[in-house]
Amino acid sequence: MEAFGLLVHGFAVLLTWKTLVLMMTGLVLGIFVGVLPGLGGPNGVAILLPLTFSMDPTSAIVMLSCIYWGALFGGAITSILFNIPGEAWSVATTFDGYPMAQQGRAAEALTAAFTSSFIGSLVAVLLITFLAPMISSFALRFGPPEFFAVYLLTFCSFVGLGREAKHKTVISMSLGLLLAGVGMDTVSGQLRMTFGSAELLRGINFLVAVIGLFGISEILLTMEERLALRGHAAGISLRVVLSVWKDLPKYWVTLARSSFIGCWLGITPGGAIAASFMGYNLAKRFSKDQESFGKGRIEGVFAPETAAHASGTSALLPMLALGIPGSGTAAILLGGLMVWGLNPGPLLFVEHKDFVWGLIASMYLGNVVGLVLVLTTVPIFASILRVPFAAVAPMIVVSCAIGAYAIQNAMFDIWLMLGFGVVGYVFKKIGVPLAPFTLALVLGNRAEDAFRLSMIGSGGDMKVFWSNGLVGSITTLAIVLLFWPVIDQALATVSRLLRPAKA
Amino acid sequence: MSNTDIEIVVEDPTAPEAGSPAVVSTGVVDVVVSLLLLALAVTLGWDNWRAGASWDATGPQPGYFPFYLSVILGAASLYGLVAALVSRREASETFVTQAQLRRVMAVFVPTLLFCLATQFLGLYVASFLLIAGFMRLVGKIALWKSLLTAFVFTAAMFVTFDIAFDVIMPKGPLEAALGR
Repeated sequence: MEAFGLLVHGFAVLLTWKTLVLMMTGLVLGIFVGVLPGLGGPNGVAILLPLTFSMDPTSAIVMLSCIYWGALFGGAITSILFNIPGEAWSVATTFDGYPMAQQGRAAEALTAAFTSSFIGSLVAVLLITFLAPMISSFALRFGPPEFFAVYLLTFCSFVGLGREAKHKTVISMSLGLLLAGVGMDTVSGQLRMTFGSAELLRGINFLVAVIGLFGISEILLTMEERLALRGHAAGISLRVVLSVWKDLPKYWVTLARSSFIGCWLGITPGGAIAASFMGYNLAKRFSKDQESFGKGRIEGVFAPETAAHASGTSALLPMLALGIPGSGTAAILLGGLMVWGLNPGPLLFVEHKDFVWGLIASMYLGNVVGLVLVLTTVPIFASILRVPFAAVAPMIVVSCAIGAYAIQNAMFDIWLMLGFGVVGYVFKKIGVPLAPFTLALVLGNRAEDAFRLSMIGSGGDMKVFWSNGLVGSITTLAIVLLFWPVIDQALATVSRLLRPAKA
Repeated sequence: MSNTDIEIVVEDPTAPEAGSPAVVSTGVVDVVVSLLLLALAVTLGWDNWRAGASWDATGPQPGYFPFYLSVILGAASLYGLVAALVSRREASETFVTQAQLRRVMAVFVPTLLFCLATQFLGLYVASFLLIAGFMRLVGKIALWKSLLTAFVFTAAMFVTFDIAFDVIMPKGPLEAALGR
C-alpha cells in the first residue's frame, strides 16, 4: 500500500495551523459564494483565485479546493431552503428538498444533503487515492501521439456526449483552441494572430478569460432575474442529525448507486449535471413507491446530492493523473497549477509528491471540516441572502478586476475580462456551452505541441495515431465518441428493424 | 417543527416586470453571433495562412494547427447560421426583454465606467466610486451605508493585496499623493 503511506505523509504536510486556517477560510468563502445568488463553484474559484497567487502551491490548492467544496455545500442550502439551485447540478436536489423544507423538515433535508455530499465525495476521493497514482504511472509511458489521442478523446466526448447542439459545442471548442494559440508560437517563435498588437503578444490568458466568462457574465445574467426570495432558515439540532444518520444504512443501495454513477460520469468530461439527474431518476425508478418522489422524500435528496458530489470530486482524477480536467472547475484549478509554476500531467505524481498528496489529503480533511461547518452554521449563511445584491454585485466586479489584473499586471487584461464577460453572457443565452471553451483554452497549447511533436516524429504521417494498440484504441474511441449520436441512432434503427414494434 | 426557524424575506423592488416587450429575439442574436464568428474564422484563417499553414522540412508550419481550427470554426458557424435561419421555433423566442436589458445595463455601464476609472484613477479609488455609487444609485441604499461599505471594502482590499500579499494594483493620483 504505497498510496496509503504517501497519504499519511500528505496529512503530515497538511496538519499545520496555517493550512488549517486557510482551509477554514476557503470553506467559509466557498459557502458564501455558493449561497449568493447566481454564483457557484467555477465562478467562486475563478474570482478567488488571485488571493492565492502569492502562496506556495500546496497552501494555494488547499484553499482553492476548499472554496470548491464550500461552494458545493452552499449550493445545497439555497436549493433546499429557497428552491433556488445554485448550480445546474443542484436542480435535482430541489425536487424533493424544497417540499421537505415546506413541510417543516428543512433541517432533515439539509442534513441529508450535506451527509450525502460528504459520502459522495468520500467515495470519489478514495477512488482518486488508489486509481490516480496507477493511471499516472501508466501514463508516464505516453509519448506525444498518446497524449494527443487523449486530448482528442476529451474534446470528442464533449461533442458526442454533450446535451447542447453539436455545432455550438464545436464552435465553443474550436474558438477556445484558436484563442489559446494567440501570441508567440512556442515551437518556431513566430507571432500568430496578433495583428501587430503588442498587448496580444503575451497571448490570451486563460484565467482572465475565465474570470470574465464566469464572473462578469454571471452577474449580468443574475440581474436579469427577479431577485426576491422567501424561505425559512432552520437551525440544525444534533438530534435531527443523529436521527438522519441512524436511517442512513437503510438507503445504502441508493447511496452506492449514486456514488458509482457520479464517479463514472465525473471522470468522463462534462458529466456532473447528468450525474445528478441520473442518480435521481434511477432512485425513483427502482423505488417501490414512485409516487412519493417529488413530494418531499428523503431519498430524493440523497440520490442527486451523492451523485453530483461524487462526480464533482472525481472530475479531479483525470486532472491530477493526466493533466486533463474533467469539468469547468477542474479546468480552472488546472489553470491555477500553471500559475504556481507546476506542470500538470503524470509527472506531477513523481516530481511534486508533497503537492499531490497534500491535495488528496485536503480533500478528505476539507470534506470532514466542511460537513461540521455547514451543519453548525446554516442559519448564519442563509441570512447572507439578506445582504442586498446591489451591495454584493459591485464587490464581485472589483474582485474580478483585481484577479484579472494580478495575473500579468496588465491593464489590457481588465478590458479583456470585460470583453469575455459580454461574450459569456451572449453565449449562455444562445446555448453555446462554456465548459468546452474553458477546457480548450487551457489545453490548447499542449494539444498543439503534442500534435506537432508526433507529426515531426512520424514525418507527417497521420498513421502515427494508429501506430500501436494503445494509441490506436484511444484515437478510435475518440472518433466513435465524436460520432456517437449518429451511431446511437443507427443502432436504434437496426434494433427496431430486427424487432418489429409492439405498439 | 423546529422553533429556531428564521424567516428570510428579500424583496426586489426593481425586478424586471414580466410582461415587458422583447428587444430582440434569440434567432436574430444567433444569426448575428454566427456571422461574427464566421468573420473571425476568416480573419484568423487568413492570418494563419499568411504565417504558413503547410509543411516544411521540420514538420508543420506555425499556422498549420490554427488554420485548420479556423476552418472548423468557420464550418460550424456557417452551419449555425443556416440552422438559425431555417429554424422557426427559436427565432421567435425572446433573447432579452426591455426591462431585463435595463437591469443588465444598470450593471454593465457602471462596470465599464469602473474599468475606465481604473485606467486613470487607479483601482482602489475606482472601486470605492463603483461600490458607493452602485449601492446608492442602483440599490437605493442609504448614503452613509453606501459610503461606509465602499470604504471598508476598498480599505480591506488595499490591506490584503497591497500590504499583506504584495500584489500591486494599478494606482492613480490619490495613492501618489499619499506616497504609496
